[in-house]
Amino acid sequence: MTEINPGAARLQAAFDGRKAFIPFITCGDPDLETTKACIRQMAAAGAEVIELGIPFSDPVAEGPVIQAASQRALEGGVTCRKVFEMARELRQEGLQVPFVIMTYANVPFAYGPDRFMEDCAVCGIDGLILPDLPFEEKAEFEPACAAHGVALISLVAPTSKERTARIAREASGFLYLVSSLGVTGTRTRIDTDLDQIIGDIRAHSDNPVAIGFGISSPEQARDMSRKADGVIVGSAIVKLVAAHGKQAPEAVGSFVREMIQGMRGPETVT
Amino acid sequence: MTENRTQETPGRFGPYGGQYIPETLMNAVQELEAAYNRYKDDPGFQQELQTLLDDYAGRPSRLYHAARMSKDLGGAQIYLKREDLNHTGAHKINNVLGQALLAKKMGKTRLIAETGAGQHGVATATAAALLGMECQVYMGEEDTRRQALNVYRMELLGARVIPVTTGTATLKDAVSECMRQWTTRIDDTHYCLGSVMGPHPFPVIVRDFQAVISRESRAQMLEKTGKLPDAVVACVGGGSNAIGSFYHYLADEGVRLIGCEAAGRGVNTLETAATLTTGKPGIFHGMKSWFCQDDQGQIAPVYSISAGLDYPGVGPEHAWLHDIGRAEYVPVTDEEAVEAFEYLSKTEGIIPAIESAHALAYGMKLARTMTPDQSVLITVSGRGDKDVAAIARYRGKELYD
Repeated sequence: MTEINPGAARLQAAFDGRKAFIPFITCGDPDLETTKACIRQMAAAGAEVIELGIPFSDPVAEGPVIQAASQRALEGGVTCRKVFEMARELRQEGLQVPFVIMTYANVPFAYGPDRFMEDCAVCGIDGLILPDLPFEEKAEFEPACAAHGVALISLVAPTSKERTARIAREASGFLYLVSSLGVTGTRTRIDTDLDQIIGDIRAHSDNPVAIGFGISSPEQARDMSRKADGVIVGSAIVKLVAAHGKQAPEAVGSFVREMIQGMRGPETVT
Repeated sequence: MTENRTQETPGRFGPYGGQYIPETLMNAVQELEAAYNRYKDDPGFQQELQTLLDDYAGRPSRLYHAARMSKDLGGAQIYLKREDLNHTGAHKINNVLGQALLAKKMGKTRLIAETGAGQHGVATATAAALLGMECQVYMGEEDTRRQALNVYRMELLGARVIPVTTGTATLKDAVSECMRQWTTRIDDTHYCLGSVMGPHPFPVIVRDFQAVISRESRAQMLEKTGKLPDAVVACVGGGSNAIGSFYHYLADEGVRLIGCEAAGRGVNTLETAATLTTGKPGIFHGMKSWFCQDDQGQIAPVYSISAGLDYPGVGPEHAWLHDIGRAEYVPVTDEEAVEAFEYLSKTEGIIPAIESAHALAYGMKLARTMTPDQSVLITVSGRGDKDVAAIARYRGKELYD
């Protein structure tokens, strides 16, 4: 890596010496106070990176669980500015865990890419995931990300094939490996030959690889973390929030703890 | 096909277009682009497609001089490009036959499609039946109610219709659901997109297949009147019949090109779908273009009496033609469209689709300001049988269909 992007460096460091557990949460579902409390719980439970979902009205990469959460959050009036403000407050409380925003391209586009990344940097956001921004369209946001030290996370999918090398070579922070075909949501089985894709990535990049889409049980987290450097879990957590509402933070905390234990095995629990 | 005068780089129309889709679909759209580039200049493919268009879809479609209407309005001569006379009753078949044939050549055995009014769904179901392919159509639940007859028609043709209940349960949600479904099954499935929208290469492919409209109409106008029309008018949702109607006139600077957007209850209300009048640039459904959206970039719920124009975006080539001023885009309200629907029915004995009635409404308004030696060419993109019950309801009459 020639350029040093501070956000990317902080994200890479989160994978140092351990498998990273990366929970996702839809911000503002049911309200931002609950989201904030969930994030504190996730951090306390040992999450290495936390993905903050800024809801979009028409999320084409999401399954029904995150679609419904996004709709509830938007009805509750969540905006980018409010999510930035929440992140800044958490940083002021002393929370160190790296934050990555996940949203759709039109959200930062409407906000203004430069202003969006500037506010990310000011509020302690380290990276950005845009599932509808493939390699070919990176130039839309990459200059603003570079200018403000925010990592633009690249995704690799089971269908990427010969595209994998190109994507891996230019990756920043970590690589988000989509576990299987389809949209986000829990799956009972993941049949993709992930070892081969990870081998491809490793041949072209030193960045850590985190697997997401469909992971909901400690066993899956363990299996996936043996293959990769980290595991991303979204829908399973969003489902918990939907079920527990304002009482969700505690449930989310225990779930994250359980997943991390499952992932690392009993030997790491001292 | 002919040179594209508005496209500066592949997949871009000025700043618009592109491929803003999940990584999972990138190889699929690139494979589609490669296949299209291979077959578009392949004489065998073109011959096969032309035979289908002529013998099966009934092309060329007629150019009709609406003499009674022209006289009654007292202005320009009105010519109608009769896409309503195509098999399945709309321009949609032009694109679908092309895409289905291409998909078949690519070894795909299954088509998925979104539909608003149901015309694209019916056309896709038809092509799937003809070519022996499996077909699933995604349709907003709200639209399955508005267009119940078309739902049954698709089922009759052997397709499965899946109501989409997410979001506003209309066309945009059907498109989103198709994109989601495509990511789950790519190997054997082609997403037969119905308009000049979505990620590259769809806006180019659909435009090229619909350009048959203006290729024919330009020759027909020259043959019938000895000159080009002074204006070409078409309705715009995603904009496929409009781009098809405009394309071969793009270089003819004397020909005004006018796209009619659905204003719904008015562009000053929230119940509108007039993207280029009320929207702004954004990124959605795989493309950079104009969209109806709020200040947070959330896509706005839109409204039009016409399910086919009830879409919060517009194709990227239209956004570009709008920006450079080559085409004009005007809003037409529900009320104006319904009046034109009734007027054409009574004056010429042609019941147009409510989508096409938007173009007729503006075309009539424009013709009145012109002189009898001038001409306005209006595309009747589809026939209105599907709309009769809805228009009756609009006029306060309950029909049972």
